[in-house]
Amino acid sequence: MNETAIATSPVILAPRVLDEHIVEVISDSGEGAQRCGQVLGAIAARMGNGVWSEEIIPAEIRPPQRSTAGASGNRIRLRAGRVTNGGGETDLVIAFNEQVLLGRVRAGALKPGCIILLENCWRDDRDASVSAAYTKVHDELVAAGYAVYEIPMEQQCRRLVADPRRGKNMFALGILCAIYGLSRDLAREQVRIAFGGKDSTVVERNITLLEAGLSWADRHLALRFSIPATPVTEPQLVINGNIALALGVLASGMEVCAMYPITPATSASHYLTSAFEAVGGVVHQAEDEIAACAFAIGASYAGKCSVTITSGPGYSLKQEGIGLAVMAEIPLVVVNVQRGGPSTGQPTKIEQGDLLTTIFGSHGDAPKIVLAPASVEECFYAVITARKLAETFRMVVVVLSDAALATSQVAVPRPTFDPAWLAPPVNQSPVPAGKPPYDWDPLTGLSERFIPGQPGGMHTITGLAHDRLSHVAYDPESNELGLEARSRKLAALAKTLRPPVVHGDEEGDLLLVGWGSTRGAIEEAVDRLRAEGHRISSLHLLFLQPMAPGIGDIMRKFRKVLAVEANWSDRPDGALFDDETRRYSALALLLRSRTLIDIDCWGQVTGQPIKPDAIVRAARAKLGTIAGDAK
Amino acid sequence: MSEATLCLLRLADEQHSLEDYQSGVPRWCPGCGDNAILSAVQRLCRDEGLRPEKTVFISGIGCSSRFPHYMKTYGLHGIHGRALPIAEGVRMARRDLDVFVNTGDGDCCSIGAAHWIHAIRYNMNLTVMLHDNEIYGLTKKQASPTSPKGLRSNTTPGGAWLEALNPVQVTLGVQNASFVAQVVDWIPELLYDVLHRAWKHRGFSFVHIVQRCPEWLPNQFEPFVRDPSKVALVHHERGLSISPSLAKVYRNQIQHDPRDIDGARKIASQRDPIPVGILYHDPSVPCYEDLRRGNQPPHSAALVKKGLEKQFDKFTIWPQTAEAAD
Repeated sequence: MNETAIATSPVILAPRVLDEHIVEVISDSGEGAQRCGQVLGAIAARMGNGVWSEEIIPAEIRPPQRSTAGASGNRIRLRAGRVTNGGGETDLVIAFNEQVLLGRVRAGALKPGCIILLENCWRDDRDASVSAAYTKVHDELVAAGYAVYEIPMEQQCRRLVADPRRGKNMFALGILCAIYGLSRDLAREQVRIAFGGKDSTVVERNITLLEAGLSWADRHLALRFSIPATPVTEPQLVINGNIALALGVLASGMEVCAMYPITPATSASHYLTSAFEAVGGVVHQAEDEIAACAFAIGASYAGKCSVTITSGPGYSLKQEGIGLAVMAEIPLVVVNVQRGGPSTGQPTKIEQGDLLTTIFGSHGDAPKIVLAPASVEECFYAVITARKLAETFRMVVVVLSDAALATSQVAVPRPTFDPAWLAPPVNQSPVPAGKPPYDWDPLTGLSERFIPGQPGGMHTITGLAHDRLSHVAYDPESNELGLEARSRKLAALAKTLRPPVVHGDEEGDLLLVGWGSTRGAIEEAVDRLRAEGHRISSLHLLFLQPMAPGIGDIMRKFRKVLAVEANWSDRPDGALFDDETRRYSALALLLRSRTLIDIDCWGQVTGQPIKPDAIVRAARAKLGTIAGDAK
Repeated sequence: MSEATLCLLRLADEQHSLEDYQSGVPRWCPGCGDNAILSAVQRLCRDEGLRPEKTVFISGIGCSSRFPHYMKTYGLHGIHGRALPIAEGVRMARRDLDVFVNTGDGDCCSIGAAHWIHAIRYNMNLTVMLHDNEIYGLTKKQASPTSPKGLRSNTTPGGAWLEALNPVQVTLGVQNASFVAQVVDWIPELLYDVLHRAWKHRGFSFVHIVQRCPEWLPNQFEPFVRDPSKVALVHHERGLSISPSLAKVYRNQIQHDPRDIDGARKIASQRDPIPVGILYHDPSVPCYEDLRRGNQPPHSAALVKKGLEKQFDKFTIWPQTAEAAD
């Protein structure tokens, strides 16, 4: 049967009940597929579905229309229960042209047999090459076993709006709401919210388009799915990792954020700018990354701890500033939304490649605190924690997010404001006579900083080696005293951390270890393998420096440990990559040196999030070798 | 004690002597121009009664950047080339502080050149002293961007290849320049007067100080020091007025209205005699920190809570009400 046939009045069967479905909405840039996907996610989240939504972003601002590299849109994982990651391949895609769709097919994004809803206006395009291209792709997809439904989106929308290219997205939303049986009242309400800033005619036009999509699907489309929802009882925020970071800056009580535009970090600063100004804060767009870091250091030095937000290349440039803040013990929060590297790398793609440069970065011994939020919600709290640690320890705190968190939109519990989040007012009280500016505690290395304005505390801080009085000191004792004090602070913080909690049993055959955005995928993989009876667990580290206590003890209760991360490691092939030459992944390297445990590593650096399926395969292979060892 | 007595005592407390601003013995070479700049600045602080705890000196790296260590105020001796962005951050965070910047010709015009250009445009209220001795001192005699063509140094043994960069001309070429002056280290009275006027100006006060380096270029400015006619005093009723004693020695004088930027650029292009005085002054250019924070409500816990809840509201999806449930 040719599934492109559009029945005039379909027999609508009872919806198929599903545990989860992954939906994509893709278009050329500017056609609003992202908006469609965002609203869909919000409606489903309000109904009580687990939702994980990822942006599909072309690398160029205005890629050519109808090109395989131009897909722009959203990918939404809808689930009956909690969802912690983007999941596997797509089950249903609605595409505004066949070329962007082809791009996704070639990228391996779609499940075999995936349902495709395809705009069919191209079939009759005046340009023969367009219609030929459409027919060719369409026929190939049908032949390849995809369930293709042609939808006359443009034709239907043209009846309602002058420019269907700018209205199709809400028509598509209507179709999707009908397919998944989402609340139509909620859909109308979310569309109103989405266009809330616009005038009422814009809102009403989009509602009309939504209704048209709903009613068209009612009349012509038999597909019906139902993903059971658990009604939510508490308010939630639908945000991505970058907005969570920005909200964290706001909530931390910091006053100054200095930045320079860089993908994929910039949207955090975009969003922060006006919100920050309203509460007396400033986002300063500096002339370059170096200046942004220096500006934040200056603001921190003279007032509350400040923040600079960047990504890989900018992070490299900030290293000299970070070194100064480490040496002079100026509190500073640096947020690095990691992207592919080295060099310009893959600006919009996902990689966890900056862990080692963060820990060892800046010349000399430059200890700093490093934490990596593992979820959108943790992005918010990580900044608040970072600010507090930076001030308490007089240290640089680096928050390592990444492009996966930055562009994943999820529903998180709405935080309840806590005044303890905020930085206290700048201390301007007199300094007792004779108190040195680096009054290093012999045990913890901690000292109280004097801030300009405090009478009696006048001193000059310096990036040169210095003694307790902040006097430049080249003598061996002073230099080692300073190095030790700065290092002791990390040990002191480590003593306050709790051992991380194992996901799964506390002993077994295999322990997966990860950090940052991979948490959801790793834990899902572990759950699947455990359901099959495998003795596998996982451990996820929030603090990468200092590390929480007890990690070695946890690992020793497993026969093997495998680090799973999205950064490069050599896969031993016996030819060149062998035991002597093999380079390990970042976390594996750190943990091996810390625990002396023979930790293996596995990772992917494809620019895409690591999928649970891939982790299952890698873990299964590792479990196989363990079983082999046992024989 | 009566209120009046207490007030007098407080005033007495706030009287400062030169010693209140002096910290340690400068380790600059004997005869180094930096010493003259330090004396002038300490005098300025005393005369204006700047509170040491409310005064901050920011510097980069180089001989001149040791400056903050010799002031008994707050100071930040930072990293090479980055004194200006650090100082900008200080100002943005704290508009109640007096912020001075000491930078050298390598620090400002070479490694930190990008920051310099933008600092002029931000026009933040900073008093900036460019200690220009036309040579790298701390790293031992390499050519700097302001080294004259032909200058022999360790990196240009056959003589510097390029024409020198003229920092005053550059500054005058950037949008939002608001106070540009040039002075030499060997006329203390003028050095003091120019720095004083620079400090009084609200905005980016850029003072290019021609400074002698007795160690690496002992003869570089000797002709100018010895022959008063090789210095031209720039004066005007809106700029500097010159004392009779100074006018007697320095007969070479230029009457110039500091509002006239074209005139300023013309004077700045002149290398011999060295023009000394206020070349340009426009008090009307707004300061970036005032633009950003002038009309802002002060940051407070209550405001943050309110702002944060408002942002949360923007992204909140509320539990579905019974009526809305299909």
